[in-house]
Amino acid sequence: MSGLVLNDVTKRFGTFAAVENVRLSVPHGTFVCLLGPSGCGKTTLLRMIAGLEDPTNGAILLDGADITNVPTHKRNLGMVFQSLALFPHLTVGENIAYPLRIRGKPREEQKKRVDELLSLIHLPGYGDRPVSKLSGGQRQRVAIARALALSPRLFLLDEPLSALDAKLREAMQVELRQLQQKLGITTIVVTHDQREAMTMADTVVVMNGGHIRQAASPVEIYRKPADTFVADFIGSTNLIETAADSSGAATIFGHRVQGLALPAGTQRATISVRPEDVHLTAPGSGAIDGTVTFVRDLGGTIETFVEAGGQQIIAVSTPRERPDVAAGQKVGITLSPDVCVVLKQ
Amino acid sequence: MKRERPQSIADYGPLFFPAGMLLIFFVVPFGTMITVSFFQRQEGGFYTPAFVLSNYERFLTPFFGGVLSFSLMLAVTVAICCVVLALPFTYLLSRLSRRLQVFWLVALLSILSLSEVIIGFAWSTLLSRTGGLSNLLVAVGLLNQPVALFPSFGAVLTGMIYQALPYTILVLYPAIVRLDPTLMEAARTLGSSPVRAFFNVLVPALRNTIMATLIMVFIFALGSYLLPQILGRPQHWTLSVLITDQAIYQSNMPFAAAMAVFLVLVTLGLVALTLLVGRKGEKA
Repeated sequence: MSGLVLNDVTKRFGTFAAVENVRLSVPHGTFVCLLGPSGCGKTTLLRMIAGLEDPTNGAILLDGADITNVPTHKRNLGMVFQSLALFPHLTVGENIAYPLRIRGKPREEQKKRVDELLSLIHLPGYGDRPVSKLSGGQRQRVAIARALALSPRLFLLDEPLSALDAKLREAMQVELRQLQQKLGITTIVVTHDQREAMTMADTVVVMNGGHIRQAASPVEIYRKPADTFVADFIGSTNLIETAADSSGAATIFGHRVQGLALPAGTQRATISVRPEDVHLTAPGSGAIDGTVTFVRDLGGTIETFVEAGGQQIIAVSTPRERPDVAAGQKVGITLSPDVCVVLKQ
Repeated sequence: MKRERPQSIADYGPLFFPAGMLLIFFVVPFGTMITVSFFQRQEGGFYTPAFVLSNYERFLTPFFGGVLSFSLMLAVTVAICCVVLALPFTYLLSRLSRRLQVFWLVALLSILSLSEVIIGFAWSTLLSRTGGLSNLLVAVGLLNQPVALFPSFGAVLTGMIYQALPYTILVLYPAIVRLDPTLMEAARTLGSSPVRAFFNVLVPALRNTIMATLIMVFIFALGSYLLPQILGRPQHWTLSVLITDQAIYQSNMPFAAAMAVFLVLVTLGLVALTLLVGRKGEKA
């Protein structure tokens, strides 16, 4: 099949397994974000795809061909490093032309391609400047242009935007995504920033402890997290313990939730409910009883902290639907069954 | 940050100590040497204060010109050989584990603790007809019978490279360790084999360090006066050997001083020229 396929890829450093039995299939032209906390193995996985680390086990296939043992310089890929790794002794244009020069392309062709790429990254006429005279965002673009100079089959980026300030980072996320869509190139980005992943990716791959926890579209990752780790790592969530009653229906703190059932044979489970899905009503009438402990009014959103069943549950609402509550007040919590995601144990 | 200009004498305070050291340990001895180089030598005695140019005039002969150019050529060769050997070695060293790096650096430092005399005699034994290297080459089949590999130019060069190599590595090491390792990885992802990346990324990125190291080893090698005597023939003697000979064995201080002054000036001139060329290269 076309695209990138990882078959049970494992990388061990001594006895420590940085990446373990990773299976992933990336169709041609998709934008994938490897997302996870530091030390989860995402960078090691990217470096294996680039050929900078050798997998201990498993195979990496690109467009059907096994590239596991192909050295980096023969893989035809473009990579942007966290440090950007622009060559300090070359100008902007020479940096971008480097992969063309290595392959002995004629000078006119190099110049033409450099001009093309410079206008693609909105830096026309910057070719003769030394790299040291550029701003952070401009260097970022040059690193991207250099990686794209040969129209590679794979575009890899290792925490590419982490050195930029928050505002520029958001702008670059959008720009990078638009660039990828324009070129239709298979792209894999490593990031620890979930907003970045949500903004750019077709597929978000959440990793932890060397394993893939979930690989799905951003919306699905957010709406239907697979397990506790994903639910907690992506956005904020309420993790609530549930138990099945005699009839098989799920109960929360002894209250039955209409329409919510645990998978067959399960007695206990953890469910995830996003704070914006928690509705506060008047106490009684079948709702879960709780006491408001704190109200945080942030202007744009209002967070209400409610204690129920010995646990803190957070409800987020917009100013339009502002709950008229104050600390110490008794409230009822209603959860509709379709917002309760039963997590894998 | 903008610095204020010094207002009073006291603001120059921190400069007094280095300035004093420089005065006592550089300006005064060098001044003495320059002064002595114009003094009149007393045959069979020492020297008397005077202002004569005969010491410099004596120097302007084809013989001393030849010795000077040989000394410069030897020092340049040693510097280039050392950097060419040390650069890949240090790069590979920087990629080893921390423990192995420390082991190698300690081993290199221990070479520095050897005196020039020991290095000279050790190599003269190794390169002798009865010594190890020649017999080893016979055993491998490269030579028919053991020969003496010294005294010769090769022996002088070998000894001096052996002596200067640890310095070269220790000067290059910090710069290479500090170089961003992703530069080489980036070159590989862009299509350079590791060997090509070494030449078209690492070497140019370290251009200034390499230049500084070349100059350092060049000056270091220029001052060597024992190894050429132990491992070479008289035609391999450097100006430093002649200076030592004049100063110690012929008691001709003024002439030795004149040669020393001349050597310093030529060295400074060459270093300045190198820096000038280097700066022009950077602008271009």
